[in-house]
Amino acid sequence: MRYPLAASMLALALLAGCSSTPMTADQGASVEDRTASSAGTIPTVRPDQMQGAGLAALRDPNNILSKRAIMFDYDSFTIRGEFMPLVEAHGRFLAANPQMKMLIQGSADERGSREYNLALGQKRSDAVKKSLMLLGAKEGQIESVSLGEEKPQCTERNEACYAENRRGEMLYAGEF
Amino acid sequence: MKLTDLFRYLLITLLAATALSARAQLSIEITGAGANRFPVAIAVMEGESQLPRGVTDVVRGDLERSGLFSLVEMGPKPVGEAATPDFAYLRTRGADAIAVGTVVPAQSGKYELRMRLYDTRQEAQLDALTLTMTPAQYRITGHKIADIIYERITGLKGVFSTQIAYVVKSGKQYKLQIADSDGANPQTALASNEPIISPSWSPDGSRLAYVSFEAKKPVVYVHTLATGLRAVAANFKGSNSAPSWSPDGSRLAVVLTKDGLSQMYTVNPDGSGVTRLASSSSIDTEPAFSHDGQWIYFTSDRGGSPQIYRIPAQGGRAERVTFEGSYNVTPRPSPDGQTMTYIARTANGFQVAIMDVATRQFAVLTDTGRDESPSFAPNSRMILYATEIGGRGVLAAVSSDGRIKQRLSVQAADVREPAWGPLPR
Repeated sequence: MRYPLAASMLALALLAGCSSTPMTADQGASVEDRTASSAGTIPTVRPDQMQGAGLAALRDPNNILSKRAIMFDYDSFTIRGEFMPLVEAHGRFLAANPQMKMLIQGSADERGSREYNLALGQKRSDAVKKSLMLLGAKEGQIESVSLGEEKPQCTERNEACYAENRRGEMLYAGEF
Repeated sequence: MKLTDLFRYLLITLLAATALSARAQLSIEITGAGANRFPVAIAVMEGESQLPRGVTDVVRGDLERSGLFSLVEMGPKPVGEAATPDFAYLRTRGADAIAVGTVVPAQSGKYELRMRLYDTRQEAQLDALTLTMTPAQYRITGHKIADIIYERITGLKGVFSTQIAYVVKSGKQYKLQIADSDGANPQTALASNEPIISPSWSPDGSRLAYVSFEAKKPVVYVHTLATGLRAVAANFKGSNSAPSWSPDGSRLAVVLTKDGLSQMYTVNPDGSGVTRLASSSSIDTEPAFSHDGQWIYFTSDRGGSPQIYRIPAQGGRAERVTFEGSYNVTPRPSPDGQTMTYIARTANGFQVAIMDVATRQFAVLTDTGRDESPSFAPNSRMILYATEIGGRGVLAAVSSDGRIKQRLSVQAADVREPAWGPLPR
């Protein structure tokens, strides 16, 4: 995903270069103040994030869609009631925006085998995926994967930290 | 600790500290030794002073670190291989065996090293060999000699010439490194800003399979060490992990979630030929082939808690292997087929355990509480594993009888995910 984005930005940069007034000797030495020109500022197009209003909602801290993390109990893969409104909001958003794609990264706390923890993280991301699909998201929109214990949010060794690390993180294309 | 041991330890630490300025190297500390160490004399080789770096020190270091030998002090006077050693004198010094050698210049800057090993009680030659080496090969030459001495005296293959793979995490950087079994010559095969786990050596030692998170999800790669070329062995929708080679190197057991839960499959090392190994409605992970390729040992929570099971490699019914305790994971059958090492949760935490395959008797081998990823040496005598000491990830090794203990650490970095490589071919 990174490459096409970089390529399109490069293309934009080239286009901008082409449309600028060529420097010729008879124009003298006056320096044009481009930022204050009548053309105004040039918006940056990011093909990964062309969802207009939807995307703004994902970034608006006052919108529930800006929240992405679901925490799980020890040895549990059930979405707790407090996280259901969040899952419902994202499920409805995915159903309303079928072009949107999501990666769900499940995680486990650090205790025990790395590979077994990878499987536990997968059960958590699968649980989130299942709930989103019940709300209308399509199979092709979502990939559920696991980070196991490898990318902890919190690195201290206490129950609060372990609880923070037993999570599922919902990321939209362009965010990972 | 004997004075010579102390001196050696200080020397190793000093050398390690010196080496660190250039590159982080594993340093080895012996924390437990065998009950009956075999007394052996390793004489300074005649003509060795022609070499910029000595071979004798490498041989001595290997044997001493193994925990199975005690070195009988022979002084700085070289002893050549031509003359018969003074067996009566050696017996009075307590040496049951002696190695002697001679270094002579050979063609094109190389040297010929002739070495003999004697039993001082039988007054008989145990072995004799001639090696050709460049001065730069002083370490590998020493390891080969130590392997021969070890094999002649213990009856087991020496593993001093082998390599180990492990992952070093420093800050946000992850490095998959390969080093000699004594921690020397570390080389980085993969450097990444995302985690690397579960390295697994191909049986011929030329390739490593591992899981890298560089694509923001776990993907299994097969990495040819000599060329640095990588092939994607498994990158299906979902997670791809836990690679483990079949003994003939033709297949990889992997865990995929493409069909739902974490389930076991086999694939060709180039990613083709995906075949499902078993179907369950539980987590099945950490597959590992038995030495003869007949069985696959794995971890499953089908019984409510993670336990070790095995199934015939050709498919069939799963058989439970561990019953004691509520958490037994990461099974690794020994190369000789006699035992299996694994991680058991005990009252002290997560510890390396060993089980006799025939009798199912088991024992906890370590006194640490955060052990992970056990890996057998090719001679089944030692188990390398990851643990934690002072809040830092270190590697440690323990003998299969629990007596000999070593610790390998890198300063200011976490070391984890060790895998002991095969015997060199």
